Amino acid sequence: MARWQGQLIKIDDYRWKIPESYKTGMRVPGLIYASKEMLESICEEQTPEQVANVAFLPGIVGHSFAMPDIHWGYGFPIGGVAAMDVKDGVISPGGVGYDINCGVRLLRTSLSEAEVRPRINELINALFRNVPSGLGSEGKIKVSQKEMTQLMVEGARWAVKRGLGSEEDLDVTEEGGCLSGADPSKISDRAVKRGMPQSGTLGSGNHFLEVQVVKEIFDSDIASIMGIDEMGQILVLIHTGSRGFGHQVCTDHLRVMEGVVSEYGIKLPDRQLACAPIKSSEGQDYLAAMACAANYAWVNRQCIAHWTRESFSKVFGKSPEALGMKQIYDVAHNIAKIEEHTIDGRKLKVCVHRKGATRAFPASHKDTPTCYKEVGQPVLVPGDMGRCSFIAVGTEKAMAETFGSTCHGAGRILSRGAARRSMKGRDVARELENRGITIKAGNISSLAEEASQAYKDVTEVIDVVHRAGISRKVAMAIPVGVIKG
Amino acid sequence: MLFLYNGLRGMKKAFKVLDHTADIGIIAYGADIEELFSNAALALFSLITEPESVKEEFHLDLEVSSEDIDSLLIEWLNELIYLFDVKHILFNHFDIKSLTHNGLKATCYGEDFDPMKHKLKAGVKAATYHMLKLDKSDDGFQAQVILDI
Repeated sequence: MARWQGQLIKIDDYRWKIPESYKTGMRVPGLIYASKEMLESICEEQTPEQVANVAFLPGIVGHSFAMPDIHWGYGFPIGGVAAMDVKDGVISPGGVGYDINCGVRLLRTSLSEAEVRPRINELINALFRNVPSGLGSEGKIKVSQKEMTQLMVEGARWAVKRGLGSEEDLDVTEEGGCLSGADPSKISDRAVKRGMPQSGTLGSGNHFLEVQVVKEIFDSDIASIMGIDEMGQILVLIHTGSRGFGHQVCTDHLRVMEGVVSEYGIKLPDRQLACAPIKSSEGQDYLAAMACAANYAWVNRQCIAHWTRESFSKVFGKSPEALGMKQIYDVAHNIAKIEEHTIDGRKLKVCVHRKGATRAFPASHKDTPTCYKEVGQPVLVPGDMGRCSFIAVGTEKAMAETFGSTCHGAGRILSRGAARRSMKGRDVARELENRGITIKAGNISSLAEEASQAYKDVTEVIDVVHRAGISRKVAMAIPVGVIKG
Repeated sequence: MLFLYNGLRGMKKAFKVLDHTADIGIIAYGADIEELFSNAALALFSLITEPESVKEEFHLDLEVSSEDIDSLLIEWLNELIYLFDVKHILFNHFDIKSLTHNGLKATCYGEDFDPMKHKLKAGVKAATYHMLKLDKSDDGFQAQVILDI
């Protein structure tokens, strides 16, 4: 693909602006958070063009943002943030993505690396047996049509009510694990059929469950509030979303919006940006359906967290409580939310699209959980399976600048095909094993697609958001055991 | 380009697979629009499994409708993705009975997915409108579709 040759204005070392004058039709400027080195790779593809295209959408306010982990998506870039005025703006399913409420959940334990390393094979095998994963995997919870309707409305609480987790988990889940406004009557029969058998499954692709060990603590006061007290402490990170259910919801509503874009007189530079006014029936229907899918994803992570605790309990012969297995936080990184923000000194209700971006609310925000009121909402930033992951917190600066948003991960740099070719003849599992990472995958041949080389270095990503002030890094952990779908 | 697959009908290639950073794409060819739709479906299943491993054990009649020919192609592929995801059916032969700008009828031949027999390559989750192109050239038709995996 051709290198992007558009205009970029340097604001400081970590902020680069695409002026509105770059393309007729842009309503606001684009703003990319990146270091100079990262910008080089970002411009190798047409990603900045997608940042500019998002700026065409009616009602967009502030900037069309791109986080440093940005990469080329369809329509919206992945790593993009865009807020639309609820009064006259649009909602776009493409601005959320297919995997609605794909996100991450982090659990802590009181176990140490020394206790876990000798039993890592046993632990990973137990997790692999207990957490359904892989292509076409089906859940061990059997969900009836009626229960499916309930879980779409209740979110993670639905699982907690069935003994899969505790009330405490909900306190440290974005939105309490339930996005309001969910209306199952806006969900197609097909979405229900795709969703029912896949409930409580990890899935495939870049989704994973990782047993990690804390290797660096940058801010011990904040870390301690999260229950991260020492180096060598074991954590568990779960990354999954709404599976086929979310995909079908996105597909269904994209189709509806495709059909009405021109009726609303909206001109788009890319068909995949299909959207409708937030206040229109199509916009409201999508929001109600998206909430169902978001809630489904929270049920999914809730169930998986429970089975993770069960597996640890079985292997270490102690209850999850005795093992200190509390949830640190759960964040969505593909979602649209109606939020209040201050823009140019005035309060405005906006629909914030975060596609491959994480909410990063500051300490003072009303939606930051009580236990984090002094430090800010935890932000979980997974890296690729061979490197490391970060824990950070939201800041006032993020609130003021990016609608309280930050990066979500490493961001791909190689396509799956290119990754496979670059790893040809190499045994990815063995290479990881040699570096002390035990891996179990449903589809070994797809491991190469998820190799470190395919991703940006998450350390560079987190350094940009930390230095730009839109997040504060707290701790870093490396994988010791990984389950891939 | 990763993979070339020659259609059963002759020497012309049926489709090729494209690299895309986030996902994967296909370019399908066809002497006529029916062949194009059939080859696009073949390309889809070549991403999911090895096409040679699929036998024609039963057939299913499908009907898909849409607003225009471009979105019909997306709907067609999404229909097949849905059938694989929910009913676990792999297809390897498509007989397009009728095709207009807003509807198609087809008989699809294939078999149930069997984990002992079929190697799953990728989980294709949706056909997208992103960079969607459907063109007519001197040789026939060509379509590009990006798939979410």
